[in-house]
Amino acid sequence: MAETHSLQDLRQAAVASKVFVQRDYASGTICKFQTKFPAELESRIDKQQFEETMQTLNNLYAEAEKLGGRSYLEGCLACLTAYTIFLCMETHYEKVLKKIAKYIQEQNEKIFAPLGLLLTDPIERGLRVVEITIFEDRSIGSR
Amino acid sequence: MTGNMHLGVEEPIRECQYNQICTHNSSPMNTPHTKKRKSKRKWQVFPGRNRFYCNGRIMMAKQTGVFYLTMVLILVTSGLFFAFDCPFLASNLTPAIPAIGGVLFVFVMGMLLRASFSDPGVLPRATPEEAADIERQIDATNGPSGPGYRPPPRTREVLINGQTVKLKYCFTCKIFRPPRASHCSLCDNCVERFDHHCPWVGNCVGRRNYRFFYLFILSLSFLTLFIFAFVITHVILRSNRTGFLSALRDSPASVLEVVVCFFSVWSIVGLSGFHTYLISSNQTTNEDIKGSWSSKRGKGNYNPYSYGNFITNCCAALCGPLPPSLIDRRGFVLPDTPQPAAQTNGTGACPPNQVQSHMCAQDQCIQSTKFVLQAATNPLLHSQPIILGGGPTLQAKSSLGGPCSTLSPSQPSLPSSIPGLSCGGELLALRDSEIHCHHHLHHQHFISPEETPSPPTALPCATHLGHHVHPAQLFNPVSQDSLHEDSVRGLVKLSSV
Repeated sequence: MAETHSLQDLRQAAVASKVFVQRDYASGTICKFQTKFPAELESRIDKQQFEETMQTLNNLYAEAEKLGGRSYLEGCLACLTAYTIFLCMETHYEKVLKKIAKYIQEQNEKIFAPLGLLLTDPIERGLRVVEITIFEDRSIGSR
Repeated sequence: MTGNMHLGVEEPIRECQYNQICTHNSSPMNTPHTKKRKSKRKWQVFPGRNRFYCNGRIMMAKQTGVFYLTMVLILVTSGLFFAFDCPFLASNLTPAIPAIGGVLFVFVMGMLLRASFSDPGVLPRATPEEAADIERQIDATNGPSGPGYRPPPRTREVLINGQTVKLKYCFTCKIFRPPRASHCSLCDNCVERFDHHCPWVGNCVGRRNYRFFYLFILSLSFLTLFIFAFVITHVILRSNRTGFLSALRDSPASVLEVVVCFFSVWSIVGLSGFHTYLISSNQTTNEDIKGSWSSKRGKGNYNPYSYGNFITNCCAALCGPLPPSLIDRRGFVLPDTPQPAAQTNGTGACPPNQVQSHMCAQDQCIQSTKFVLQAATNPLLHSQPIILGGGPTLQAKSSLGGPCSTLSPSQPSLPSSIPGLSCGGELLALRDSEIHCHHHLHHQHFISPEETPSPPTALPCATHLGHHVHPAQLFNPVSQDSLHEDSVRGLVKLSSV
């Protein structure tokens, strides 16, 4: 299978459509996206691959919002310093968001871009949706 | 540093005129140097009704008059305490008094500023593609509608921890609101875990600043009690030496401090107690007022968000992870990024100062129209037309008794959830006639956006309650809201011609 797209190529390609994966609120208000495979992607990507990506994303967000010793410690320390500590230090949540951004970039480069898809970091959409852009597949004889 | 006012109202025709000037400036034809100078930060094109300062670092509500009053009261009272009472107390009792007072004061101010200046958890509006996608899904679920047929209310049901929760669609932000989120009509934003809009703090209280708000009122209770106790001590000690009247003459500031503290302590301590209860049961003020999780609603009605024990609830609310702001105020607007649904042009709004004063009047006109339409259609839905005494009186009255007493005469037993709060009776009237009250309070605010600050004796909860407004989508109202939106758009088009 020939590599049909790279991330740079995608920027010039035309957008065919966008798929939005909504939030899954079944576990409450924590950030979790639905792992159901959207019908529009059936011809483009392997179902298992997609679900694995979504599951990893969900796990990362769960890690960001986890209530545990570490977050309590951070919260108490911040309170004691009247929250001035965040002028020099990043919150745990922000660190995990950076991790997520890196993960999405990697996934785009390795898996999605070659298939003519682009995953948009949910933080750019206010953590409401995972936006998957489907590009027109203009190359002949691809896949 | 002046804030720019941003209104979430569409003005297609007027925007077109300005649009021409804007695109000329920001077109890709320009040299990179010019383009860089003209590129806007996202806060400048923010569709909500907020004010931004310090180049987007500080975010507040549009009306900040009461916030300045709060600052003045705290600064003046504390200043007088440190200047007039502390020297005596430090020399006659212990210097620890001004030290502790100082620490408390700094903490109170820190928490107040933090609560006022941070993003409460505003949800950015949907991009046009997202909005279109959701519309498609809604149409698919509801089926095609013929002309003149009102589609059923846009809600989605979700099962959370065994409780069915309805997610409502926000017509302004074009999203299905997450659970516990609510649309603040004053700021025109959807806010996550919306508690209430606090005029004393000049901002909404939501997921990101609830802990600051709570620590503010808690520390302010301690500070008020502290100042009250030690000023009384000071006067007593002085009167032991020189007699009561001459003691008062020697430190006249003490009288003012005692008066301010005496009247504030009831409301502030009461409010702290109320919020302590809310935190320990993991509810928002909004949910408590509506009785969403009250067992009175039905057997088996419980709060699905509660962690079960009050310690975990407290820790989660106060020491849990602090999510970052979702609206990226200081980022630059890129010409090819999708703009939120509220804006009709694709390249970002023009500098709003050009339209600022004109839009003010427009906004009032639009909101008045909404109110008129609402009032006109209300009798069809509700059996009792409710008339609230004019706008400004809502704030001018020192309790909520006025407006709410004309509402449904349901007889209250004080809700056990709010011990010691004297406006509890009104709260229940609010709760039982929530729909009426919320609709009308909602519009009351729009009629009189100039909030006259309540006298210091007013219970803050009165103004708090006045602001537990809610989105018009409560009862059947979704169809009404679209009617409003359409009429409003029509009016806007007319008025901008």
